[in-house]
Amino acid sequence: MSNLIKFKIDGRDCMSEKGNFIVDAARENGIYIPTLCNMPGVKPKGSCRICTVRINGRLMTSCTTPVADGMEIESNVAEIQDLRKSIVELMFVSGNHFCPSCEKSGSCELQALGYLFQMMVPRFPYDFPVRKVDASSPKIIKDQNRCIQCKRCIKTIKDDQGRSLFAFRNRGHRLEVVLDKELGHLMTDELANLAMKNCPVGSIIKKEIGFNTAIGSRKFDHQAIGSEITL
Amino acid sequence: MEKSVKQIIEKYGTAQTRLMDILIDTQELLGFIGKESVNEIALALKMSQVDVEQTITFYHFLSTEPRGKYTIYLNNSAVAIMYGQKAIKETFEKEVGIKFGQVSEDGLIGLFDTACIGMNDQEPAAIINNRVFTKLTPYRAREIVRYMREGKDMDELIHESFGDGKNHLPSLRSMVSSNIRRKGMILSDKYIYGSVTKNILPGILPEAVIAEIKHSNIRGRGGAGFPTGLKWEFCRRAKGEKHYVICNADEGEPGTFKDRVILTEKPELVFEGMAIAGYAIGGDEGILYLRYEYRYMKEYLEDVLMIMRKNNLLGENIAGIDGFNFDIRIQYGAGAYVCGEESALLESLEGKRGEPRDKPPFPVEKGYLNQPTIINNVETFATAVRIVENGGEWFTQFGTEDSTGTKILSISGDCMFPGVYEVNWGFNVEDMLDMVGAYNVQAVQVGGPSGTLIGPDEFHRTLGYSDLSTGGSMIIFSKQRNLLADVVLNFMEFFIDESCGSCSTCRNMPEVMKNKLVKIISGKGVKSDLTDLKSWGKVLLASRCGLGQTAGNPIISSLKNFHHLYDELIQKDKEFDQGFDLESSVQRACKYVNRVPKFHHHE
Repeated sequence: MSNLIKFKIDGRDCMSEKGNFIVDAARENGIYIPTLCNMPGVKPKGSCRICTVRINGRLMTSCTTPVADGMEIESNVAEIQDLRKSIVELMFVSGNHFCPSCEKSGSCELQALGYLFQMMVPRFPYDFPVRKVDASSPKIIKDQNRCIQCKRCIKTIKDDQGRSLFAFRNRGHRLEVVLDKELGHLMTDELANLAMKNCPVGSIIKKEIGFNTAIGSRKFDHQAIGSEITL
Repeated sequence: MEKSVKQIIEKYGTAQTRLMDILIDTQELLGFIGKESVNEIALALKMSQVDVEQTITFYHFLSTEPRGKYTIYLNNSAVAIMYGQKAIKETFEKEVGIKFGQVSEDGLIGLFDTACIGMNDQEPAAIINNRVFTKLTPYRAREIVRYMREGKDMDELIHESFGDGKNHLPSLRSMVSSNIRRKGMILSDKYIYGSVTKNILPGILPEAVIAEIKHSNIRGRGGAGFPTGLKWEFCRRAKGEKHYVICNADEGEPGTFKDRVILTEKPELVFEGMAIAGYAIGGDEGILYLRYEYRYMKEYLEDVLMIMRKNNLLGENIAGIDGFNFDIRIQYGAGAYVCGEESALLESLEGKRGEPRDKPPFPVEKGYLNQPTIINNVETFATAVRIVENGGEWFTQFGTEDSTGTKILSISGDCMFPGVYEVNWGFNVEDMLDMVGAYNVQAVQVGGPSGTLIGPDEFHRTLGYSDLSTGGSMIIFSKQRNLLADVVLNFMEFFIDESCGSCSTCRNMPEVMKNKLVKIISGKGVKSDLTDLKSWGKVLLASRCGLGQTAGNPIISSLKNFHHLYDELIQKDKEFDQGFDLESSVQRACKYVNRVPKFHHHE
């Protein structure tokens, strides 16, 4: 019990074990901080920036910052919420996200966050980038139009020798996540399923099983993202 | 071919942390890192091929495609363009018969753009096969291409036109000039190398070295300004199997070149500073992380290290102090501005893409290979030697209370005498402009593109951590310059090219802002575009590192201090403009299908 520490989120008293990341500590206390690149059990990288909170006037990502005793965290405040909404909008305009034709629609975390933040029309102009679709693997389709470069597949999809099937290519505005040609051909069904499941959007689609979940039984058809956490 | 890559792998071993060294050597050996090489390296290091390629494609000077027997990297920084880069570029394109970004069909010459190569005081400049060519003119460009076709070697291309200072030394043979215009304690020739190590260190404990550094109040010279003494103390106290000393020589901020000059003229001082730091924190290994643009110094710096080893200033039991072992190796970047950020630098040193790390933990606790590490700027190490020599108290008489000591400035742009000036902190901008012979000044970019753009009403301000903080880059623009089109836009493009892309904010927002700037420059802007830019720019503050957080600064800073330039460009009679020319787009589309557009204008 000596490891328990006290902290505050938006003025609410919270408790957690020392060393926990803020996002996890918040969840334990029934407070939802939106995330996108973060995954339980995987080392966080703080790349999507959606879980940004403010501590002592400084913006920090809650998936990478451990809670400390007496910490006062601002999360559900207008300025931070608008920042998060901007980030979601930025992702929509920087890719080609056509929800109505996407296999992941209804189970897509980016789409769900768009609803959560009541995004109508993004405030930023659409970029309409020209992106490729890689269908060379017998198991999956890697659609660059929908990729948000969250790195989840890079971090979690490895072969039995520990080699990454996915990796970044290029940098900055030209950054993309690509599949290894050779390992992509040797991919097992199990790994392909996991890759599709771990992708928060519809960028990794298992071949031959698109649209297999009926409307009404998709992940976010009945409850908003994060609602299972909020007390 | 196979054998050679194999030898490179044998040289560095199969640890993934040395991937960068393997890639750089392979690139130099073969001119590119093709499929076969990638496969060979991937197999040896037990990585997937895309994993190897993600490091290659991160760095500007590494390539999966051939880049020519001669590869010309022409600097495209704002100051290069001010000094006639466009004419050089056109000449190269005409003479070689290709566009930039291409390689001639015979594979002889490749033309590529590159960001600031640290030669702002002698532009236009280019790097050709690791040699720097400065002060280029159309005639020289034509001649260089002709010599390449004639198969002349690199030395013949240079014409023995070596620069000043040590640049003529046989191990450098470089066209670069040091252009030192003003010396202070660091650039002074009065210090005798090794005297602190030999005469002072034997009689002083590591803790006392740190105490002097702390007492001096010196703060990091790279730009961030963290107190050096505290950094060393934190690192000394941190537990680890090994402690590392790393010198950040990745000066990539456009307009900065003072580290190049320090490393050319005073490398012994920098290396001695690193050894002193090693003594202070209890580390025996130092690494100089040198930007690839300065690869031409390799042989020279290796020679300096060799001589220092011979003189027992590096190696084992240095200066007869039992157990004081310290040595330095040089590792190179490969063209990535973001690697100047200390945690991105560590990633690069470990053979990876230079993506900044999340903090905490800080490098003093978990740095290189997860061990306690200090990372300091070239100038900081050089200064540390003089502090230990004369004492922290002595140092505080220079500069101001909050910014002690001297600062080496890289001054370039519209002035009579661009070059390197060592001044006391507290110098004001007006004096600086008069010192370098700058007249009719419209603006000064303080601290590079991530810093501040100031106009004449702020020239009374002083250089220091509490007012105008700078890592040393000062770029001067005269009244004839078009600030928005020629400077601000160039800086925005720089940040877009140099973002690592890891954070969604920095990957996407600068492009959105740049598009809006282009809209304004092309006369399509309206008032709301200016308020949009101001509020959108704030999103970047949520980025992980300093590059991302400041990537909008060229626009934010010029909007604040040069608002009138934007006001002159926007349309006063319009509330809204989509910035899209419907008629010309329809005309273009119609051309493809052989149709004549009919426009029904509503009167």
